[in-house]
Amino acid sequence: MKLRKTHKLPALAERLLYSLVAVILSLLLATLVMLIAGYDPVKAFSAMLNGAFGSANAIANTLSKSIPLMFTGFAFAVASKGGIFNIGGEGQLYLAALASTITALALNGLPRILVLTLSILAGMAAGGAVGALIGTIKAKMRINEVIVAIMINYIVSLFTSYMVNGPLKAENSMTAQSEVISSNYLFATIIPRSQLTTALYLGLAFAVLIFFLFRSTRIGFNIRAVGENANAAASSGIHIAATTIGVMAFSGMLAGLAGVTEVLGKYGRFIDGFSPGFGFTGIAVAVLGSNNPFGILLTSLLFGALEAGSMKMSYVANVSTNMVMVIQGLVILFVATPEIVSQFAQRKGGKQNG
Amino acid sequence: MDNLQYIFSFNIVLTTLRFAIPLTLAAVGATICERSGIINLGVEGMMLIGAFGGVLGTHLTGSPWLGVLFSIFCGGLVALLHAVLSIRFRTNQTVSGVGINILSVGLSVVLTRVIWGTDGISGTVKQLETLSIPLLKDIPVIGALFTDQSPFLFLTVLIVFAAWFFMYRTKAGLHLRAIGDHPRAAATVGINVRKYRYFAVVACGMLCGMAGAYLSIVQNNLFVNNMVAGRGFIALAANIFGGWNPLGSFLASLLFAFAQALRINLSLPIPDQFVQMVPYAHSLCSSALVERQKHRKLPAN
Amino acid sequence: MLAVNMRAITKRFGAMTANDQIDFQVEQGEIHCLLGENGAGKSTLMNVLFGLHCPDEGCIEIEGDLIPAVTPRLAYQLGIGMVHQHFMLINHLTCLENIILGNEPGNVVIDRKRAREAVQRLSDQYHFNIELDALVCDLSVGMKQRVEILKTLYRGANIIILDEPTAVLTPIEADQLLSILKEMRSQGKTIIFITHKLKETLEVADRITILRGGKFVALLDAASATPELLARLMVGHDVVFEIEKESCKKGDVILEIEDVRLLPNAQTTVSFSVHAGEIFGIAGVEGNGQQQLEQIIMGLVRPKSGRIFYQNTNLLELSHRARRHLRFAYIPSDRLKQALLSRVSLQENFLLGNQYDPMYVRRGFIQTKPLRESTTRMMKQFDVRATSAQQEAGSLSGGNQQKFVLAREVSKNPQFVLACQPVRGLDIGAIKYIHSVLLKLRSEGAAILLISAELSDIFQLSDTVGVLYKGELMDIRRTEGFDNESISLLMAGRKEEPRNETAQNA
Repeated sequence: MKLRKTHKLPALAERLLYSLVAVILSLLLATLVMLIAGYDPVKAFSAMLNGAFGSANAIANTLSKSIPLMFTGFAFAVASKGGIFNIGGEGQLYLAALASTITALALNGLPRILVLTLSILAGMAAGGAVGALIGTIKAKMRINEVIVAIMINYIVSLFTSYMVNGPLKAENSMTAQSEVISSNYLFATIIPRSQLTTALYLGLAFAVLIFFLFRSTRIGFNIRAVGENANAAASSGIHIAATTIGVMAFSGMLAGLAGVTEVLGKYGRFIDGFSPGFGFTGIAVAVLGSNNPFGILLTSLLFGALEAGSMKMSYVANVSTNMVMVIQGLVILFVATPEIVSQFAQRKGGKQNG
Repeated sequence: MDNLQYIFSFNIVLTTLRFAIPLTLAAVGATICERSGIINLGVEGMMLIGAFGGVLGTHLTGSPWLGVLFSIFCGGLVALLHAVLSIRFRTNQTVSGVGINILSVGLSVVLTRVIWGTDGISGTVKQLETLSIPLLKDIPVIGALFTDQSPFLFLTVLIVFAAWFFMYRTKAGLHLRAIGDHPRAAATVGINVRKYRYFAVVACGMLCGMAGAYLSIVQNNLFVNNMVAGRGFIALAANIFGGWNPLGSFLASLLFAFAQALRINLSLPIPDQFVQMVPYAHSLCSSALVERQKHRKLPAN
Repeated sequence: MLAVNMRAITKRFGAMTANDQIDFQVEQGEIHCLLGENGAGKSTLMNVLFGLHCPDEGCIEIEGDLIPAVTPRLAYQLGIGMVHQHFMLINHLTCLENIILGNEPGNVVIDRKRAREAVQRLSDQYHFNIELDALVCDLSVGMKQRVEILKTLYRGANIIILDEPTAVLTPIEADQLLSILKEMRSQGKTIIFITHKLKETLEVADRITILRGGKFVALLDAASATPELLARLMVGHDVVFEIEKESCKKGDVILEIEDVRLLPNAQTTVSFSVHAGEIFGIAGVEGNGQQQLEQIIMGLVRPKSGRIFYQNTNLLELSHRARRHLRFAYIPSDRLKQALLSRVSLQENFLLGNQYDPMYVRRGFIQTKPLRESTTRMMKQFDVRATSAQQEAGSLSGGNQQKFVLAREVSKNPQFVLACQPVRGLDIGAIKYIHSVLLKLRSEGAAILLISAELSDIFQLSDTVGVLYKGELMDIRRTEGFDNESISLLMAGRKEEPRNETAQNA
């Protein structure tokens, strides 16, 4: 007599509620750390809030910092649906950023629409290529993709570092960065003199695209089937290898867009080491957002706020900006552990447990 | 010295061993952990916390040896966190590992600022002394191995063989290997799977902590943010390439360390970044090669 | 003194009562069969005895002593050993290491010499013939089972529980096991034998306890038991052993297998064909190439040689895309692993395998309304018990899952059906239903390839039977040309001996 445990899967709202509790728990622990270290948590958090939402410029800053996280979050979420852990976000976004930079610089002089479009596409192709490589290795050689992706991350970022220290280095520049890309070829800024660009709209568009992909299309269904049960998927006629490679390519493209929007938006050039770990933070964003594109919009906003506010927090309360990393790390740990979160939620007053 | 001369000198052996020590310690830790069936991607973070702990401990007590002990303690503590999450709460182990890595970076930098006032760089502390073994140090050529050598080298070799003996000759080691293969079967013969897994993960953390201490207070005399620089992941690759056993992990680490030794001292007309890629590319290829044959022999992860 | 005395044992899992006030008594030195259908509660009862589950009510006495709480460790100390249906062996350790695991001689370091001597002695005592240094993953199924049994003996078990031990053995290996058990009985061991097979029960039991629906039904002396009586007690009503079957109306050849090599070291290749309106049964113990055959026909694996024709098209040359338009129905041996997405709704599971049907997907977009309608309709037709089409597939019972898979596959209006172990783990009601569906498909002209380890399936449904052993088709005959003995011989690899006039049927 087999026993069936009824897994009542909570609706998206309830899952996001869990995520909220995870964030609260992390903030509480972070507060503890601050107290032990002798900081004033109230001062620190209010400075952070101020820095994130305290003015139009602050909000612009927050939104702009959330853009790359949106994309790496999408990347991880999409791959997850297909049953793959895409830990290679860093490598994908760096190569994409490089490709965009080279394209924009090489096509200098041509009309804006052409250059911008081609640069974006070049970046997506580069990111997709790295993703497809990882997908191919996994599909054809059945190798665990995690270690492979981590190694590729290092190799690619070293390569781009070489490029921007050498062949691509701007003349008369002390730091390792490329030439400036003509502002004609960059994303337009939404709020003048801020770093917030129309790349935000691109992110929103992709959120909608991904949502409908998985809800209403056959491709989305096939991807989910492979992620859920590759055996059953194969028996139903789905080409597993093709789907795996395809998903990773798409995921790589999305991660690549994180690099593209930084280079063609925020900085206007390729700066060595410009990513403070977007690829890895994207994992937190995705998991916290329950691998749902709209959830990811919310969580990337949260993390963007944390990043944007951290400078002010450092300035005002003398807390290292890396405190944000502590919070991020804690969030990942909590959100990956539904049991802790649900126990806490129950104790805090009868939230329904799934 | 010119390239050829370097390759055939004893110097390269010494350099290789130097690089191999932290890799080996972490790789053996990874072996023990993974053999119990728990995936540990947080090795990098545990090494980092160990490095920080080593400096902090030395700073507080003035004794590098106590610093080493403290680093082992810190590494074990972080591993305990991973163990509790993975075993008691059944967290997704890959995600938890990533979280621990991020948390470790953040925490170590925050604390350096608190204690020393600068983000990510600690003050300098006393380094662990080296020793010279009488008699052995006077042997021609090989004597260099025993002159001015860090005790870590001998400890590491000892640990490798102790780990091997543990896994293949003791009851507990047999139980550990059984758990990684088929935990339910092990449980039916009365083995306490949880207890062994906790032990394995914490042991891994302690070894990683020790590896971190080597980086901070043996090779150097301070803590710098990100000083582990991917060695944790290379150690994971070494474990896979070595076939999930301590001797294999040691040999694989030696191999990776050899590649690094070559790149450090060979003067080749290749840009630095490409040379830096070597250990990663190497780890990638070799672990890929081994993973292909993985289906033949392996712990059920 | 009774070896085992379980009284009023009750065990619940949530809303389901697996054991309901069961009394179970075993004498010392006897072979006692615990008989019942799948799901009657036999395994649960023995898991309670062995300490893997804690009973909600009732008490247990072992050799006269009341034991308040059993754990596996305690069970072993009391002399109880259990050989599970799914082996609890560590594949990458040697036989010796597996046998001594948890009970190794020595303090911290294992005393390998003493271990080897002790185990070898036991192996010789019962004529087990086990190679101590072989890795378990390299052993045959029958040999693995012996390692399991030796494990219990090494730990000093006097009461040995075996859970469906012959489910995975060839008839010959099963006979060998039964004689080993008799040998153990003659040396004073007590044996509890869980099974749902009548033949071996009658062959080896001293006494028989029958469970049904979680309750105790009867305790008999083997001498007074007949197959009909046992079957009636197991099922609760008279069982009709035969099912009505129309005569076979064979049409064209639909599927033709030509010279396919199933296993790397098979001596010969496999060739056979399945006609429309025919059920071709492949008998054989699991692990003799059935999985490979399944995967090759479904295009999941390429055979090293040979060809497969589906109505004149070479299947092996078909692209993935072309395959999707064949009217294949596939009922895999492991429905949860191979046919269903457990955390996905039944409605979406219905789409699996149907996602290239223009009725359900147009221009890449899923048409939810027709999908929902079809799902609900088929679920009703096949009596799949679920709250709605939105329920997760994983939360259905095994029988309902199987019925759902069948419903989905039948809805494709298939021309060819590949049914693998279709009734494994189901109760008699579900089995009869599935049999009737397959027979209906047959009368409507579908070609059906039935792969089953259950001889009753084979005999009741097939028109033609082939026996698979080590990747080779030992013989192909019309069903009437086989009887239990001849088919068992072939399943065990022995070519036919001169016909025995007094051979009996199942």
